[in-house]
Amino acid sequence: MIVKDMMPQFDLFQPATLKDALGLLDSYGKDAWKMAGGYDSLVWFKERIKRPKAVVDLSGIPEMHGIKETPDGVEIGALTSLTEVERNPIIKAKYRLLSDAVAKVASPQIRNAGTIGGNASQDARCLYYRYGLPCYRAGGNTCFADTPEGINREHALFESDRCVAVSPSDGAPALVALDAKFVLQSSGGQRVIGTDEFFIGPKVDITHLTSTKPEEILTAIRLPKTWANANFYFEKVADRNTWDFPLVNVAAAMRVQNGVVQDSRIACGGVSAVPRRLTQVEQILKGQPVNEQTAKIAGQSASRGARPLNYNGFKIPLMENLVMRAVRDAKA
Amino acid sequence: MAYNLIGKDFTPMDVEAKVTGRAKYAEDFRADNMVFCKTLTSPIPHAKIKSIDTSEAVKMPGVIGILTADDVPQFPPPALPILAKDEVYYVGDPILAVAADNEETAANAIEAIKIDFEQLPHVVDPLESLFPGGPNARTAGNVAAGQIKLQTVKWEAADFASAGDSKMPMGRAAEEWSYGDVDAGFKNAKVTVEETFVTGTYSHNCMETRTAFAYWQGGKCFLHGSNQSHTAAIANISRYIGIPPENLVLIAEYCGGGFGSKIPGYPNMAIAALMSKKINRPVMHRISRTDEYGIGAARPGFQGYIKMGFAASGKLLAADMYLVQESGPHATAGDFRAAGNALTMMYQPEACKFRSVPVLTNTVPVGAHRGPGENQFAALVEPMFDKAARQLNIDRIAIRRINAPDNNGKIGKERGPLTSAFQKEALDKAALMFKWSDRKKLSGQKSGTKVTGIGIGQGYHSAGTNGFDGLLRITSDGKLHVHTGVGNLGTYSHSATARVAADLLNVDWDNAIIERGDTRKGLPFNSPQAGSLTASTQSRTMYAAAMDMKAKLTDIAAQMKGGKAEEYELGKEKVVHKSDASKSVTYAEAAKKAIELGGKYSGKETSDDLNPITKASVAMIAGSGLIAAAKDNAPRVGVTPGLSVSMAEIELDTETGKFEIKDMICVADCGTVLHPLGLGHQISGGNVMGIGMVMERHIYDPKLGIPASVGFHQGKLPTYLDVPVEVGWGAVEKPDPQNPIGVKGVGEPVLGSGASAITSAIADALGGHLFNRTPVTPDMIINHLAGRPPAHKPLQVNTV
Repeated sequence: MIVKDMMPQFDLFQPATLKDALGLLDSYGKDAWKMAGGYDSLVWFKERIKRPKAVVDLSGIPEMHGIKETPDGVEIGALTSLTEVERNPIIKAKYRLLSDAVAKVASPQIRNAGTIGGNASQDARCLYYRYGLPCYRAGGNTCFADTPEGINREHALFESDRCVAVSPSDGAPALVALDAKFVLQSSGGQRVIGTDEFFIGPKVDITHLTSTKPEEILTAIRLPKTWANANFYFEKVADRNTWDFPLVNVAAAMRVQNGVVQDSRIACGGVSAVPRRLTQVEQILKGQPVNEQTAKIAGQSASRGARPLNYNGFKIPLMENLVMRAVRDAKA
Repeated sequence: MAYNLIGKDFTPMDVEAKVTGRAKYAEDFRADNMVFCKTLTSPIPHAKIKSIDTSEAVKMPGVIGILTADDVPQFPPPALPILAKDEVYYVGDPILAVAADNEETAANAIEAIKIDFEQLPHVVDPLESLFPGGPNARTAGNVAAGQIKLQTVKWEAADFASAGDSKMPMGRAAEEWSYGDVDAGFKNAKVTVEETFVTGTYSHNCMETRTAFAYWQGGKCFLHGSNQSHTAAIANISRYIGIPPENLVLIAEYCGGGFGSKIPGYPNMAIAALMSKKINRPVMHRISRTDEYGIGAARPGFQGYIKMGFAASGKLLAADMYLVQESGPHATAGDFRAAGNALTMMYQPEACKFRSVPVLTNTVPVGAHRGPGENQFAALVEPMFDKAARQLNIDRIAIRRINAPDNNGKIGKERGPLTSAFQKEALDKAALMFKWSDRKKLSGQKSGTKVTGIGIGQGYHSAGTNGFDGLLRITSDGKLHVHTGVGNLGTYSHSATARVAADLLNVDWDNAIIERGDTRKGLPFNSPQAGSLTASTQSRTMYAAAMDMKAKLTDIAAQMKGGKAEEYELGKEKVVHKSDASKSVTYAEAAKKAIELGGKYSGKETSDDLNPITKASVAMIAGSGLIAAAKDNAPRVGVTPGLSVSMAEIELDTETGKFEIKDMICVADCGTVLHPLGLGHQISGGNVMGIGMVMERHIYDPKLGIPASVGFHQGKLPTYLDVPVEVGWGAVEKPDPQNPIGVKGVGEPVLGSGASAITSAIADALGGHLFNRTPVTPDMIINHLAGRPPAHKPLQVNTV
């Protein structure tokens, strides 16, 4: 029978170097679980749904912590806590969008332990998936949310494919808007990929929200100079004002000169499996003056193509309004 | 009368222990040789248990024993069982318990147990169960409540067809009553408001789960449990364990929240006790947050219809209400009845008709939740009064004032009397505090994307009873021991009411000792700490005991110093002759004398009218001082109502559907204020819980019957950032004439007034739009503002 709320045993490894951590992943293969702050991992374990043999706790690897400026921008160690990212002077001065976004993640306690890498890599919150049902995302062959009776208020408007779960991250849309690069390390080497490659939808891999391979560790996130000190806007709407996932969030970076949009990157979370980059809105905005009318058109364009489920239709006007606000109210 | 202690702030003695972590809750106790146990609960919403195979589990090293329904007392259905016997009724329904050296082993053992279920149709929506051919939550029926026997009720298809999707179908009721000429009332009405509504159910979510720790010694069961009442729960808890009450030693010094779900004890408490008996080891039965969701109770929901007819003056001439109650699988709540009563009480309609049917569902068991029935009713109906006021073009306070109960108010279908009611005064005082006449001008004002909403809400719950026993003792060191069995829900009314005795006996608070929390201390039979009862009921009880103590003190003084008892009065911790101050006896001397005298003075003899629990407690402490034990026999005619008014200003963002509570105040009609600080905390806490009623969730997948709002995160309890930093508060401070101190309770009404002030404010911000539903979530507001249809059909339940 089933029992919940009781963590089963596993072997806990706490490597002190990245090399040791990668070695553990190689030797345990699919039986290994990478854990950073633990806020996603421990819930899975407590519910006895994910039952890894070996847990590799990455938190003691010094080279994965901290924020440093590089010739190309800034590099954030994947294990840097969300609180640290929020308060870091460089991030606040140049990439305030990320600071604003991670300040809205969960609760202060969770932000103190939760990491930027973990936030970007977190798993879907679909209630059926989290309940432990054998859905597509769990490796099964059905979806319980996308049914005539399914509870899908928090689910996807766009690009669902069998699975209708969404990206629940507040950090991720900001990283998309800032054109972040993800440094993935394995014992075989390193690859650096963009957000469009890092965040993946069900068409690419229905059981994962990122393209990090089992043998890889996300070691750092790089923010290029491209969008430093742009006009920024982040907003999250959730049922509660803390300790909640977004219903919809928006992150925007805009280059505005003399009141005219030169370029922009805008993304929404909570509407599809990946933080949805609004490339059409970005194109529409190019060369447009920042005013109510432009903002309104941007908002209305944002939801184009949305396919609501039974209970999530409200996300259409919400997304439209948030994108409208982003364009209208983005500030340097 | 001037008091030394009553009406003054104090620091209750257990606060320090609570804030430093020194307080020991059930889970904090340990004993030599103890084991842990865990419950196996049903993974499916409705099934017959065909067989249970524990053979693999019992072979596992570290597994000590298994307790099944066959090992525990049985109660006739649809009462809440300790463990499910033949049929399970919801996901989370406890089936058996496994004891092991540690919880991890117990959990592994549960995974090794095989149960063969025959799955049965389930239902999470009462109206689906009432539809012809619809599923029953129990094989034996779909309708039950206290005084309504388990039966099957199916309405006619025509009842549903004629109502359509958006109106409440109203088939045969299980209970109905009326008074006055309802039809004439509607005929004479200038304005009629007619609405269909849903009030969502939601979990109690007590911070302390219902962990129990038990062991047996000398034939007695020692039980450490989390309970809001103490001596009032003994009979019921011992019934669950199957022992005579005198064999139960109940230790419950602290309670991490009950909100009505821990009033007379609960079946789960017996698992640790009976497992301990079976395996002869102390047993700790810790309850996880997930388990707590299954057994920790929830407020019942309503699908309802109400029609109210108002005269031009705003007077409610007639009301007609129909409630279908979502009852969970057992007959554990009578909220529908309380809501009917609240209608007759809060608005004093000249004629009223009420129909209801409590329907069983395969959702978690429901139970009393702070203002059970009255508060769901308030949250939905108060904004309808705003609608009527708009249509009648009268002030929103005026329409409430004209209908509010006063001392001549009546309650229930019998139109019984009230001991006192000062709701008009509460409305007036709240209006002053809130600056209503200025504030109402802000209603609907826009600033950028935000619009202001102003709300008023009212709350009611009966708040006092009588007939319990007071027990006081003065020891030879002169200390006054106040023995109290009311429990420690966290309101500190155990201490606030103890101060009544100290005050009446002129004892310095530093010389008063509260004896509580452990039946071995000799605790009298007292009011349950529930139903907003303690402050009023226990202050009466304390008065009765203090008068008995006073009589004994003056009697002893007369015996020691000469003269008659009535020639003596109470001075500061001594008895003094009224005309000759040289004749005095200290309380310490009187206590020594009482021990010497024996008999009624030292508790060797007691009054016949005391409850057996009190008699046994007096026997425990007999001979240890001067003892007063008396039943509160003073008359009380009518219902003692606790009432409150809340007002709120919100700012609603029309682009996000989110609102911020800018200001919130609440005024209580609770008679004499015993403890201002405690009252302030009750009012703030109640209003915050009222905000919770507007936010908290209860979600079931209707097809799978699985819950999706388990725990603090999914349940969406309000956080610090969702509520105002402060709730301004005040009290009418008109004493209730039928309480010797003038006290009435108010723990529950303040939730209802808080919730309804918010629903009223939301409607106000939206130009009077009524969602007719709790909770009110941002998606509903956004859909409305965007001109989209609501995602939920008007009568749909458990979807948000």
